[in-house]
Amino acid sequence: MTRSTGDVILNVENVSLRFGGVKAVTDISFDIRKGEIRAIIGPNGAGKTSMLNVINGVYHPQKGTITFKGRVRKAMQPYQAAKSGIARTFQNVALFKGMSTLDNIMSGRYLRMRSNFLWQLFYLGPARDEEIAHRRKVEEIIDFLEIQHVRKVPVGKLPYGLQKRVELGRALAMEPELLLLDEPMAGMNLEEKEDMSRYILDVNHEFGTTIALIEHDMGVVMDLSDRVVVLDYGRKIADGTPSEVKANHAVLAAYLGVAHQEKSR
Amino acid sequence: MSLLYDIFIGPFAQMADSPDFLAQVLWEGFVSGILYALIALGFVLIFKASGVFNFAQGIMVVFAALTLVGLYQKGVPALLALVLTIAVMGLLALAVERFIMRPLVNQPHVILLMATIGLTYFLVGLGELVFGGEPKQMITTELGLPSGSTEIPFGQQGVVILQHIDIAAAVIALVMVAGLAFFFNRTRIGRALRAVADDHQAALSVGISLHQIWAIVWFASGIVALATGIMWGARSDVSFALEIIALRALPVLILGGFTSVPGAIVGGLIVGIGEKLGEIYWGPLLGGGIESWLAYMIALIFLLFRPQGLFGERIIERV
Repeated sequence: MTRSTGDVILNVENVSLRFGGVKAVTDISFDIRKGEIRAIIGPNGAGKTSMLNVINGVYHPQKGTITFKGRVRKAMQPYQAAKSGIARTFQNVALFKGMSTLDNIMSGRYLRMRSNFLWQLFYLGPARDEEIAHRRKVEEIIDFLEIQHVRKVPVGKLPYGLQKRVELGRALAMEPELLLLDEPMAGMNLEEKEDMSRYILDVNHEFGTTIALIEHDMGVVMDLSDRVVVLDYGRKIADGTPSEVKANHAVLAAYLGVAHQEKSR
Repeated sequence: MSLLYDIFIGPFAQMADSPDFLAQVLWEGFVSGILYALIALGFVLIFKASGVFNFAQGIMVVFAALTLVGLYQKGVPALLALVLTIAVMGLLALAVERFIMRPLVNQPHVILLMATIGLTYFLVGLGELVFGGEPKQMITTELGLPSGSTEIPFGQQGVVILQHIDIAAAVIALVMVAGLAFFFNRTRIGRALRAVADDHQAALSVGISLHQIWAIVWFASGIVALATGIMWGARSDVSFALEIIALRALPVLILGGFTSVPGAIVGGLIVGIGEKLGEIYWGPLLGGGIESWLAYMIALIFLLFRPQGLFGERIIERV
């Protein structure tokens, strides 16, 4: 399944990130092209989420550069990353638990709503028109993700699978250019995983959103992604199409372990 | 036997006896309830958006009122003084965000609480330095607030006396609460406030700037403090002793829930009216003076049975 993918939208070059003496990520380089689904895989503790956090501005790497849309980024805050067009979901769902599904997804429109603080204060004229226009967009997303039935329910009360979907909806509401998904299918059953895979593919095909995806389920990764980068102990050990990566010895060793020499003793 | 009568029957007989007096007591309770609610509202705003219990809320009330009166005494026209005071509260909000919230983000809540205690002493010092420590008269008429009172006939020959300033206080408070509740629930910034309150990380990920939101809540609670300062100042005078009334808001918060705007109003009314009724009708049984502790007692009972308050967000926890 090769799709035509465009220019490089994000380029990660020689990025290293340490927490004190712990090396989370060491000298990693890879790129993400416009319109592709790029998977980042690796065993637990390989540095996948750290990598995502670097792209998203949560962590500031000690070394290396990140170029997004042709602009080299200095240390930036997550809300600035959001402004530049990067949306994300979290490994352990981070939703506004007390707010309804609708309000959660509406919050994704925050940056797209522009009306003045004073108008807001009185909910007059432009502020109201704007609210209505954005509401329409949000309803589209809700329809797309098939969560109409829980529109008004506080998300804290929803089952985990639906929370994951609401979180995806909030990220989509931002109409991002790059969507970072941190284990969107963790803790889901087979049916939920299939649904989620479908949504991810649809987002990619229909909206043309570039997606970077962390996932543990190898089947899912192989089916969804155009290219895969494999991390182990904070280093990149492979990069290529799913079939290339599957055949890579280093990857097999990282996932399945190598035969130990001691056994022959 | 006579004790039971005094507790369960006597007071009600008294109420039925002179309904006009009861109405008067209820009105007084209502007005002080509204004022408690206003103070509680200042706390709720900041607590909602940052999880910080703002110990300085009381002194912000005094500081706002003092700035208003102080400017007027220095010869600034009343309405201009009001505008300038609002500007001062805005500057204060920016400064608090920049020099307290920002450096202390992600610290445990108790550290932020300590910081607000520090802020309290800073504002006391600043207020005394600039405007002096002696009690001042609130400039109610100059601001166009009504004075005088109306007597409304009640029952057979009874009357209820309504102070006009109290009516104004009630109206202003209700408008403010309605506005804030609406703001929180229906607008982009309101939604962002709740988002920040709920989850910092997630809020950042959708592009909400914590700095901006914190500045806005501190400003909003500064405005609420100013309104409270004017109203309380009109009833007594403007002095640093007013700071203590902030602690009166604690039972209100526990009753209404720390995170609820309507809760602040209902909690305020319960405390205000409950205190007055208790003091007048049941107070003599205990030798009077129960007004000062009754509210805390009720709050204590609430803490045992409904710690999130009447309207607080349910604590949803998955195991």
